[in-house]
Amino acid sequence: MADVLVLIDLAVVDARAQPRKGALELLAAATRLGDPVAVVVAAPGSTDAVAETLAAHGAARIVAAESADADAVLITPSVDALAALVGSGSPAAVLIGATPEGKDIAGRLAVRLDSGLLSDVVDIAPDGTCTQSIFGGSTTVHARVRRGTPVIAVRPNSFEPVASAGAGTRESIELPPTDAALAARITGGHQDEVRDRPELSEARVVVSGGRGVGSGENFRLIEELADALGGAVGASRAATDAGWYPHQYQVGQTGVTVSPQLYLAAGISGAIQHRAGMQTSKTIVVINKDPEAPIFELADFGVVGDLFDVVPQLTDEVRKRRS
Amino acid sequence: MDIVVLVKQVPDTWGERALRPDDHTVDRENANLVFNEMDEHAVEEALRLREAAGDGTVTVVCMGPDAATDTIRKTLAMGADAAVHVCDDALHGSCAVTTSAVLAAALGTVSADLVLCGSEASDARVGAMGSMLGERLRRPVLTDARAVSVDGTTVRIERQTDTGYQRVEAAMPAIVSVIEKINEPRYASFKGIMAAKKKPVTTLALADLGIDPATVGLAGSATEVIDAAPAPQREKGQIVTDGGSGGLRVAEFLATAKIV
Repeated sequence: MADVLVLIDLAVVDARAQPRKGALELLAAATRLGDPVAVVVAAPGSTDAVAETLAAHGAARIVAAESADADAVLITPSVDALAALVGSGSPAAVLIGATPEGKDIAGRLAVRLDSGLLSDVVDIAPDGTCTQSIFGGSTTVHARVRRGTPVIAVRPNSFEPVASAGAGTRESIELPPTDAALAARITGGHQDEVRDRPELSEARVVVSGGRGVGSGENFRLIEELADALGGAVGASRAATDAGWYPHQYQVGQTGVTVSPQLYLAAGISGAIQHRAGMQTSKTIVVINKDPEAPIFELADFGVVGDLFDVVPQLTDEVRKRRS
Repeated sequence: MDIVVLVKQVPDTWGERALRPDDHTVDRENANLVFNEMDEHAVEEALRLREAAGDGTVTVVCMGPDAATDTIRKTLAMGADAAVHVCDDALHGSCAVTTSAVLAAALGTVSADLVLCGSEASDARVGAMGSMLGERLRRPVLTDARAVSVDGTTVRIERQTDTGYQRVEAAMPAIVSVIEKINEPRYASFKGIMAAKKKPVTTLALADLGIDPATVGLAGSATEVIDAAPAPQREKGQIVTDGGSGGLRVAEFLATAKIV
């Protein structure tokens, strides 16, 4: 079987690198087209930390492309590594997570390879036909690449990670030196206080609050429910524009697109802008005091009621059932 | 400082959006066409950077059919100085990779210390045009900016991430993609709208850019849509009115669905 290159996105948890859930989903997706080859582009030593997990999720080979610049330069180190591997092998495709950064890597790689690029892919058939969910999930498209090695950006939560022993044969490649004139260099930054919550885009459960939450302080109710359910916190644009919750947690057309097992919307009316970011969720639960709120149209289960009554009661009950 | 902003006209997110049944391209005829929101923020940021620098020009580059003139006029009314409109029937149906080749050629006709664009267009959401152009033009690309500043020949941004932000810098000329959090776009003033009518708009066809029509459009694209259909409607769910046990009923539902 042909190789399928999979770019492994890493998270650092407790000072130790680990593959993001999305990376394990990509390994599962890759088996549709061939043998998954995990490509780790990161600081020296990172591959050692993640190789076991990657092999346990089906990686036939694990390629380390390590350098100090891999974490300090934006986008291009991953493009360099993937382009080199496409050049030296004949992979059936390259799979990258459809995160903002993954999309930039995929676009740049497709141009370098003069390949077709398919983004926001939610399913892949063995013949390479990809399913895309577009226009905020209202239209489903089948598309294919006509030229070059297909570059496929896969939306998080579209595949389930599969525990399956791969050979996990280790290799490494040299990254080309960074061209200083062309590099976008990371010089610092700020991480929000590390919370014990899953990443919004890849969480299995998302609890979101909107205008009805009323204040930043009241978002504590949303956070408590999210924590009880082991989920991530999201917010509508009304809530982030009001400054009640940080912008990066905005779910919607201009924010994060989520497709979790459970999406719980509290105090969100469901403007198209919001629905476009969540309507492909598997199960949707709505709590809103306005029975006319359009979000009820999407609800598998809805409660017309005051979120300040319903949410705390639900949080208590979930805690009880979990303990 | 000379700044170029890439802008796109898109079907309104707030209206009905569909693909044409015949060739699976975006149905523009039945859509309300608007200025892509993130690009509006890019224009605003360009105007602010020019104002801060005290000199220079803001030129808008747009690829799209005749109707995109509306979007171009809007950018000029906001305060952009000039526009380049890449317009050619042969471009209809171009994929992202192909579009990037055309825009790269168009950028070759304008001088720019900085190219700004929205981090994605709301219709296709490929979200990579800045990066694709950086690859073609061999320029550094700084993505997902929520703040931009220029210091001599260095451009610095705050780049939005999942959990915070990164500070990123590069040497100019460079390309920066922005998110909507970066600023609040100005409204065009009456004076601006009147002035826009006199500002130069250069229309370029493929021949002007030296691009072979066979390499673009539906036929020249690197991807193709095989079919498209409306996603299946969600089944109507159960809606209850809270009579004091709403939270318990949700918990019961989640337990039945094996989520809790």
